[in-house]
Amino acid sequence: MKSIIKNGKVIAKDFSAEKYLDIYIKNGVICKIGENLEEEGAEIFNAEGKYILPGFIDMHCNICDPGYEYIEDIETASCSAAKGGFTSITCEPNTNPAIDNKTVVEYIVSKSKEYSLVHIYPYGSMSVGCLGEHMAEIGEMHQAGIVGIADGGFSVKNASFLANVFRYSKMFDMPVITHCEDKSLAGKGVMNEGYVAAGLGLSGIPKEAEEVIVARNIILAEGIGAKLHIATVTTKGSVQLIREAKKRGTQITCETSPHYFMLTEQAVGDYNTLAKVKPPLRTQEDVEAVLEGIMDGTIDVITSGHRPTKLTDKNKEFDNADYGISAFETAFPLSFTKLVQEENVTLQKLTELFSSKPAQILGLHKKGQIAEGMDGDLVIVDLQEEYQINPQAFVSKAKFSPFAGKKVKGKIIGTIVGGRILI
Amino acid sequence: MVFRKKDFFGMRDLMAEEIRYILSTAETMKYILNQKNKKSPHLQGKSVIILFYEPSARTKLSYELAAQHLSANVVDMTVTADAYQEKLQDMGQLVDQTGADFIILRHPMAGAVRILAENVNASVINAGDGFNENPGQSLLDLMTIKEQKGSFEGLRVAIIGDLIHSRVCKSNIWALTKLGAEVCVSGPPTLLPPNIEKFGVDVYYDARKAVQGADVILTSRMKAETQNKNLVPSLTEYKHFFRVDENLLRHAKEDTIVMHPGPIQRGIEISSDVIDGKQCIINDQIANSVAVRMAMLYILSQIGGGLK
Repeated sequence: MKSIIKNGKVIAKDFSAEKYLDIYIKNGVICKIGENLEEEGAEIFNAEGKYILPGFIDMHCNICDPGYEYIEDIETASCSAAKGGFTSITCEPNTNPAIDNKTVVEYIVSKSKEYSLVHIYPYGSMSVGCLGEHMAEIGEMHQAGIVGIADGGFSVKNASFLANVFRYSKMFDMPVITHCEDKSLAGKGVMNEGYVAAGLGLSGIPKEAEEVIVARNIILAEGIGAKLHIATVTTKGSVQLIREAKKRGTQITCETSPHYFMLTEQAVGDYNTLAKVKPPLRTQEDVEAVLEGIMDGTIDVITSGHRPTKLTDKNKEFDNADYGISAFETAFPLSFTKLVQEENVTLQKLTELFSSKPAQILGLHKKGQIAEGMDGDLVIVDLQEEYQINPQAFVSKAKFSPFAGKKVKGKIIGTIVGGRILI
Repeated sequence: MVFRKKDFFGMRDLMAEEIRYILSTAETMKYILNQKNKKSPHLQGKSVIILFYEPSARTKLSYELAAQHLSANVVDMTVTADAYQEKLQDMGQLVDQTGADFIILRHPMAGAVRILAENVNASVINAGDGFNENPGQSLLDLMTIKEQKGSFEGLRVAIIGDLIHSRVCKSNIWALTKLGAEVCVSGPPTLLPPNIEKFGVDVYYDARKAVQGADVILTSRMKAETQNKNLVPSLTEYKHFFRVDENLLRHAKEDTIVMHPGPIQRGIEISSDVIDGKQCIINDQIANSVAVRMAMLYILSQIGGGLK
């Protein structure tokens, strides 16, 4: 299979974004980058005047398959991801059955070969059933193709268990991905603790619930020398803890999602359940700290944080409503609008956050950059056109967003996965 | 006509002017209640559904009586925990389609009234949602204060006790601060909502400082559940610091009034002698409870919910 992307501005280390270049992809690998490339029988995509970025890699998303296909499945998740510019996605192991043995990993790998438009790299659960009690068969899952060990969104309570996972994981060059929330502090909370929650009469989740566990996990990983990746950093304190740990030279990486640097707890307004996410939306102070963390490199990666749910489960009393956000299709435009347009982050830096850093952390050495010899995973974006976010037009099964109606730039026009052109 | 809302969510949404309007309407209702024939025809042909997901004695009694005094048809639907499985919206649809004009909802979750109101045509009145608000109770407190003190401007009000689990205290803070009263709160830090000072109230952990110069002392009910959650070590220790008794009242103004939303635990929130003393006006509160609820129903009926 051959394809050529023509006349785009390429965002990559070795090329100037001023020039219009062509990229020739053969059998899924970038063969040549240069001006006026011609090849017989190649499919042509004209990216005239548009930007070509390395395909995005989502380190934190739920695709709900197996077990919850009525919420989202591999096919719809992959379509939604492709539409959002993600050429590789991972999947949280909190499925049913959980991704805690090689059979489930094999199911995902084989189903995604058949039905998925994008690459799917599953995470394996560190514990059987994501319960945080017995260690899962991490080695076998590693051989079956997992790229990381995760907790499936359930913060591990038992520190000794987690320490063992950190130790054991050193056999494999994989990150251990942890969500951070102290259950006893979070209690029955449903949104950020503070004035807004008190005003609405809703129980709060204090920021300390996150920070206590971030600190614990850093200390454990640091002592053991494990590769720790902290999922969804949302508070000022967490950013500071990670910044200090990095200064000491700890092997630690972390991520956040657009809603944590674009929305505050105010988005909950009058019990708006679309803004009910986990961890909860925080305060303006935290938003600024997260932005600062992105700027100074403390935060390595931006993920979508895609966690679909049914709209009927959102349209409930706030306490009863599901956590979740449909985010594949909004992650990049939102980040571009906020970071590049408002905060003057360079496009180069944004592609690091979306592509090269995640590739590096997950050990996907052929991905994350545009260069000859790398995989032909590309995104073509129009940075000029402004458009409104319209959840009804999402291809994900979860057609809702707290950002509905927001005007953004950074529209994805084309996604190229292994040389295959998806529009 | 000052009040133009379909529903009655809480004091947070009301402006001072709207609160005053409801209070003056309630005074009219109280006048009616003092006649030999208490019945008035304002809600004739309307139906009021009392949909309670929590047990209640006083709130239900006063709403039911209020509706009946106004000649409405009243249906009591206290839903047991088993029937809880039916989604609130579905229950709302059911009640709405049978032609309800008013739904009076009490629900264990904050914000439940809003989601119900969005899904029905009937006017929804909040009779308590989670730890959020209970505007009816708040209005009767305000009415009682107004009767005793004349106005709210410059009034010093101390709220003492468990504020985190008390919806009426929250409603009262919203309302009193809007009406120009000076509000301070006092209670163990574990029973005060975080950032409570942002509501525009002063916070004292020492109850004696809180009641200093107070015209009104509002107390809240100590729930048994707070003990289980390790928020206060015991009720004995609580009453040692926060019980309203003769000693504490010595710090307040001489003509201070003491109120409690009930049901009261004698000797815990307020000492027995104070309850029986003339400063404690719990009975006036109860007497006003029907009048304010009549006012709420009457005012909403002027805007008119329901399918018509």
